[in-house]
Order: sequence, then C-alpha cells, then structure tokens
Amino acid sequence: MKPTPMQTIPLKQSRTLRIEILRHNPADPDSHPHLQVFEIEEAETMTLFIALTEIRQTQDASLQFDFVCRAGICGSCGMLINGRPGLACRTLTRELPDTIRLAPLPGFELIGDLSVNTGKWMRGMSERLETWVHRENIEAIDIDAVEQRMAPELAEQLYELERCIECGCCIAACGTAQMHEDFVGAAGLNQIARFRLDPRDTRSDADYYELVGDESGVFGCMTLLGCEDYCPKNLPLAVQLAFLRRKMARQGL
Amino acid sequence: MQIIYTDVLVVGGGLAGQRVAIGARRRGLDTIVLSLVPAKRSHSSAAQGGMQASLGNCLGGAGDNEDIHFADTVRGSDWGADQAVVRMFAHTAPKAIRELTAWGVPFNRVASGERTISVDGESKVISEPDESHGLITARNFGGTAKWRACYVSDGTGHAMLYTMSNRAIAEKIPVHERMEAVALICDGPRCCGAIVRNLMSGELLAYVAKATCIATGGYGRIYRVSTNAVINEGIGAAIALQTGVATLGNMEAVQFHPTGIFPAGILVTEGCRGDGGLLLDGAGHRFMPDYEPEQRELASRDVVSRRMEEHIAAGHGAQSRFGEHLWLDIRLLGEAHIASKLREVKEICQYFLGVDPAQELIPVRPAQHYSMGGIRTDHNGHSQTLTGLFAAGEAACWDMHGFNRLGGNSVAETVVAGMIVGESIADFCASDAGALTVSTTLVQESLRREEGRLQAIANSTGDESVYELTGLMQDTMTRNVGIFREGEKLQEAVADLRSLQQRAAAIRLRSTARGASPELVATYRLRHMLRLAQCTAYGALQRTESRGAHFRADFPRRDDSQWLKRTLARWPDPDADTPELSYEALDIARMEIPPGWRGYGERDYIAHADSARRQQQIDALLADVPETDRAARQQALMPFRHLLPAHLRADNQRVGDGQ
Repeated sequence: MKPTPMQTIPLKQSRTLRIEILRHNPADPDSHPHLQVFEIEEAETMTLFIALTEIRQTQDASLQFDFVCRAGICGSCGMLINGRPGLACRTLTRELPDTIRLAPLPGFELIGDLSVNTGKWMRGMSERLETWVHRENIEAIDIDAVEQRMAPELAEQLYELERCIECGCCIAACGTAQMHEDFVGAAGLNQIARFRLDPRDTRSDADYYELVGDESGVFGCMTLLGCEDYCPKNLPLAVQLAFLRRKMARQGL
Repeated sequence: MQIIYTDVLVVGGGLAGQRVAIGARRRGLDTIVLSLVPAKRSHSSAAQGGMQASLGNCLGGAGDNEDIHFADTVRGSDWGADQAVVRMFAHTAPKAIRELTAWGVPFNRVASGERTISVDGESKVISEPDESHGLITARNFGGTAKWRACYVSDGTGHAMLYTMSNRAIAEKIPVHERMEAVALICDGPRCCGAIVRNLMSGELLAYVAKATCIATGGYGRIYRVSTNAVINEGIGAAIALQTGVATLGNMEAVQFHPTGIFPAGILVTEGCRGDGGLLLDGAGHRFMPDYEPEQRELASRDVVSRRMEEHIAAGHGAQSRFGEHLWLDIRLLGEAHIASKLREVKEICQYFLGVDPAQELIPVRPAQHYSMGGIRTDHNGHSQTLTGLFAAGEAACWDMHGFNRLGGNSVAETVVAGMIVGESIADFCASDAGALTVSTTLVQESLRREEGRLQAIANSTGDESVYELTGLMQDTMTRNVGIFREGEKLQEAVADLRSLQQRAAAIRLRSTARGASPELVATYRLRHMLRLAQCTAYGALQRTESRGAHFRADFPRRDDSQWLKRTLARWPDPDADTPELSYEALDIARMEIPPGWRGYGERDYIAHADSARRQQQIDALLADVPETDRAARQQALMPFRHLLPAHLRADNQRVGDGQ
C-alpha cells in the first residue's frame, strides 16, 4: 500500500474519526476488557501515533500504549489495526476508514490497553535460541589487528535478515504461535537463519537442530505465512523458513 | 520496601549503557541494567548513517588515521572539546568497531574494482583497491577530511544495538525493562544507587550500588521539533542535577540536524549528503556552494543548519501548507543505491511523506537532534563532585563534542565510552573509594521522599494540565532557544520557564488509574525537563558569544578571549528558579591544536592571546621530531595513552601499514 504524496493530496473536509480501543488494566481488579470509543478530528498527515497521543492528552489520560522512535525503526508500537498487525506510528489515518478499531497484539502478556510485553517475549526467545555469535575466546579477540575479511555480498545478505525490529507482528499474525505459546515464531527462526549464514558463528546444523528441530521450532510452522504478509520490514520470512526447514529435515534424518 | 543490591547499576539500555555493563561484568562485578523500554528499542537503534572510525580501508578513506579523526573532531567542536578526551576517543574508535565486528555486526565491506559515485552533483568512476577487498568500508560525512563513517546500510545503529544487546544477553547481564530511575540515593557527596519506579505496576523500589552509571541519552524532547525518540527526555541528567551535588556541562550546546523531514521532524541520515545528495531551495537552486564553497553540503551540521535557516529567512524556502522548508535531492544517487544503502530513508519517505526519493524531492528543515551537554565527568566518566556517579554516551559531558558534534561520532562515542567507563567503574569498585557502607535508614528516607513527591502530585488540587505545560515549554525552547539565539528572546525563554516551573506545581491529574499511570509519569518528568530547559536557556543567555551550535545573532563571533570555557550548572536549592552557573577554563597551553579557523563556517573570531604562543611552542617542540614519526610528534604535544585502560593503549593496525 503506497500512501498518496503528501504535497499533492487536495485539502478536503476533515473527517471525524471514530476510534474504538480495546481497553483493560490488569493492575485494576475492577477492570474488565471492553471497547471504548473516542472521537477525534482528523488532521493533515495524522498518524496513529499523533491520534493516540491526542486522545491521551485531551480525553483519557489513563490510556496506555507504547511509542519510542515514532519513525518505524524501533518496533515498539505493534498493534492490531482494524484486525491486522502493524506499526501504529507509521500508519496514516488517511489510509484508514472513518472507524478505526485498535487492539493489543495477541500472543503477548498484556501490560495495559494497547501495551504488551514484547520485550519479555523477545528476550526469552534470544536466551533460548542463543541469538549471538558463538566462537572460541570471544573475550580475547585482538581488536588492534585488521578485521577479518567478509565478502561484500555476504555482509549485505546478513543485514537483510538483521533488519528484524522484534515488533511482534509476525507472532500476532501466526496461527501456530497463537495455539502453542512455546513456538519461537518467524522472529525466532529468522534469527537462526541469520546466524546460520554468518561464518563468524561456529555452530553447525546439528547445533541448530537442537534449538529448533522440533514442533516448537521450524516443524511447528504450518506455512500460513501471516508472518510474511504482515512483517513491516518485508523480511523474506517465507523463503527463510522453507530453506531452514529443508536443512533441519536433512539434519534430522 | 524492596531493596536490590548490586555492585554496578547502569541506568539506560542503549549502546553506551550496555557496553559499560559488559565491561563491568567481565571484571567480575554484579551488574544490572535499567531500561525505560526493552533494550533493543533504545534510541541508539535510530542512528542511521554510520560510525566514525579511522580504518582507512576504502579509497575515500585512504591515508586516514587517528590524527585526522582527532583534528576533524576538534574543529567540529569549535574548540569546545577536551582534546585529551578526543584523543582517547579517536584512538579507541577503530578498536570499538573491530570488537563489534567480531561480535557480529555486518558492516558493509569494500568491493574492489570500479564503481560509479556521485560527487558534487557529478557522476564519477572510482576504483576501490584490491588489498582492501572484504574489509570494512566507509562513506563520506560532514566536517571530515576522509570517508570515515563505517555503516550497515542506513541501519547502523540498529545493527550495532542488536549485536550489543545479544552480547549482553550472552554474558547473562540482567536488563530490568520498563524501569525508571526517578532519583539518586545520596549520602552527602557519595552516590549509593537509585530509587526506581516500575513503569508497569507503578511501584517504587531501591537499587543500592557501589557505582551508578547514567547512560540515558539526550534531552531533545524539551524541544517541539526533534528527531529524538519520545523517551529522550533527559531524566538521567535531571536526577543527577536534582542531587544539587553533580554538575551538568555545556547544556546550551544543542545540535540541530539539517535534514529532519518536514513537518514531522523524523531524521533522514547525513549519509544522504555524504553519498552525494544535494540541498535545493524553493527555486530548485543548489544554494550551499554559495555560502560554503569549501565543504558545500558537507560542512559541519551546525554550519549547514544555520545556512539553511538563513536561506529560508532570505525568502528562498519552498512553500507548503505546513510552512517553509527546503529540499533534499538524492535522485541522482539512483534507485539501486537508495534501495541498498539508504533503505530506511526510502521507507521513511514512503510511509511518512508518500514520496519515492529515487524519483522525487524530500522536504526537509533542521530539527533538534543531539545534546552535546550532559553530566559533567572526568575522562574516566566519573563525576568530579559526586563520588560513585558515572555517565557515558549522550547523557555525559566528558567532553568530546564541545559545541558541535560531527555526524557518526555519537554511535562511535557510545561504544568507546562504554569500553573506557566500564573499566574505570571496575577500577573504582576495586579501590578503597569504591567500598560502600550505606544505612537502610538512608535508603528508606530516599524512598519515602520519592513516595511523598508522587503522592503530592496525585493529590494536587490545582488546575493546570501537564500536557498543556509540556507544549508551552517545547514552544518557548523551539522559538527562543533554537538555531538563532539573541539576548531578548533568551530572556523571554528564561521568564517563560520560570513561570512554567511555578505553574507545574499546580498540575492536577485527570486520571486516577492504578498501575502505570502515564499522566503521573508525564508530570514528574516535566518538572525535571523544565530544570534541564532552564539550564539550557539560562546558559545560552549568559554565553555572549557564538560557538559551534550555540549561535548568538547579537554576538556573532566566537570569543576565545572571554569564552574558551565550559559552562557548569548546579541546582543546589530545590526552590530556586534558575541554576547556579560556574565556568571551567579550557587551557590552550595543553592543547594539541590551538583555536583557529575551522576550515568552514564563519572566518571571523576573537582570538585568545595564548593561541599564538601555544602555536609557537608547538612549532618548537616539533622542530626536531621527524615528520614521518607521527606517534612521536603527537606524544611531544599532548600525551594521552596513559589515560586509557592498559589493554586499549596499543597502536591500531591498518591494511596499508609498512607500505
């Protein structure tokens, strides 16, 4: 979906947006999940970041949500936007209908309203899959010497997979992850693909098989490919998952 | 009351904080990192274009070394920096990048052979050297004599932060996420940890630590238009200020980045211009060469931002319904280059502007970007007035940027500072001074004081709104303490901030929700931010000269005779409405490069009498040292290696060595 160029869109009558937010505050024993409706006047170049901030400042100061960079870089603001996972900060209201329904990303612990604990989930995934370069004596590398060479194309391929921002949209969009809470998801499997490709990491396929060679790993994927459809960074998740599954299947024989 | 005991408490989970934690942990210390957000979401991840390190691998970087990086940084700082610290930095930056590379960062590499680049609006074919094939490459950035910004496409900060965070996870360093240090625990002049608020549950707890390190980044959000993340509210620096003991340095030194997209203020990297992009005015004219024939679009950021605003004020801006702006043109770099080396820029333009930068112009205008000021420390990152308090990265003023930071020097600084400060913290903890005896009573009192403050906010029956007052603070800062400053406007800002401080006492919360309570957070942070804003405005008012990013229209010249000194702000009386300022002179007799013209920007400055004297002395000292022995020449002027941890002192090797 490519938005209309800002400078060329005609001035139009501003809309009143009806924003329905699924609310719940687990810190309050009297709170029950419910939809609350807010109405705000749409402004030029309004994003959901701007709209939600305005609602909190003028209508309900208790509304919880997470924004950090507000530029589509940090991955804090994943939420369901009219039922689809996406980054709220870079979603322009003019691309949405008059009624916008917002809900927290499913599959993560709820902190409150639209705020979920993706950080805890992702840290757990990193610890479990050991998402770091494994090599001998990493504490004793010679940092005075010229660095090891790497093919320029390989560095670019690694970055292609390194672009994951851990926003959680792929987990929210994944049938398996919604049914099995120990499934590592596309976010996790992409990490395995990334380190597997990295010659600085000395782990072998046998090691990776130990980490993801089961139902909670690569064999849990049902190839519904919601992850690929909703990845805000357009990571090549379908290809990576298929490739990894083949490698792991061979390893398991 | 929950009290958590640790050796080292690091406040801030960005690049600087996590590297400090890794250093301390490797020395065997229990180390805990606190972070407002999941660590990988820290603002370090938003650094796009590159990290300065003088590897000298690519053609544009050939012949680069620490001396040139040092000189660029000192000139960039407009001689406001501590030159010994700049030396430590330039020397350690190549080690930092090599460490990160071994840990996994996929820095882009040199591809040998011919390629076409864009220079000064023209295409040019260059040939990268065979011997560098596969080594880390670099791009051009502003204010540098060499191509030195090493990069991972334009997601450099993201890649660095992920690798750093993963390394910290590998070394089992706990990161307590969504936790905010709201006050430091002090026993007179000794910092003993922090009172911390859980941002999910709202509960308060105490962390007691032998050493506390603030690495919370900058305070850009005191301005309305800023490239900074919404969490960059400077609270780490503010709680240090609140002690009345620690000092903040050069708070008036605030950088404005030339290319924030207009009107949102989201950053597009300096790499756009480094790779050959141009700035155009409303008539499509490339105007920078008219003002800055030497460096054109690639003068330092303070100079380019000023020239842009000057050009708009002269009536040459492009008009839009949001106001006036200029254009950034990267069309000439071509689709393929943008899709591989500037892909974040491409995404940002696409999503926020509806523009394809390979085909269309990008509307830009300078926006607040970086805080050169911060917690004043020595070259080890240790506060000189509050023992046990350390600071690193943008939150600190140790002071390597002076009055203007060069692009690519901040991500480099975060890691270098982490490598140095982590060691100095470990040394401190091992020393007699590091021993800590703290009474539970003191900790309890600190906790109760904070509880009382929060309770008072919750119970306030005034009629002010936190969001309205925050907006007013940001407006006065943007209007009166921006790129062009003058006495009258600064007076107005100081008066506005005084009045806002009083009004802030009457903020009433609209929401009584339990738990996180975002409105309560906004309220206690606003009080902190108003003090930081006042340090900035008041310091700017007193500084009657122009230096780096601090430009006074009523005092347009740099004045080394009066102002070659660092501003120190302290706030000992909590009821005062302005900080106590004092000044720390920079000693020309110890400088390796005495003040002069930067090589770009305004040529006119008021010289200090010692500058010429020092230059004569330097000439005499160097007379007998052979030109080829650059280490000996450096050593003769300003020895610095003894200031570094022992394992960081060795020479950096380069591919061209010995040729």
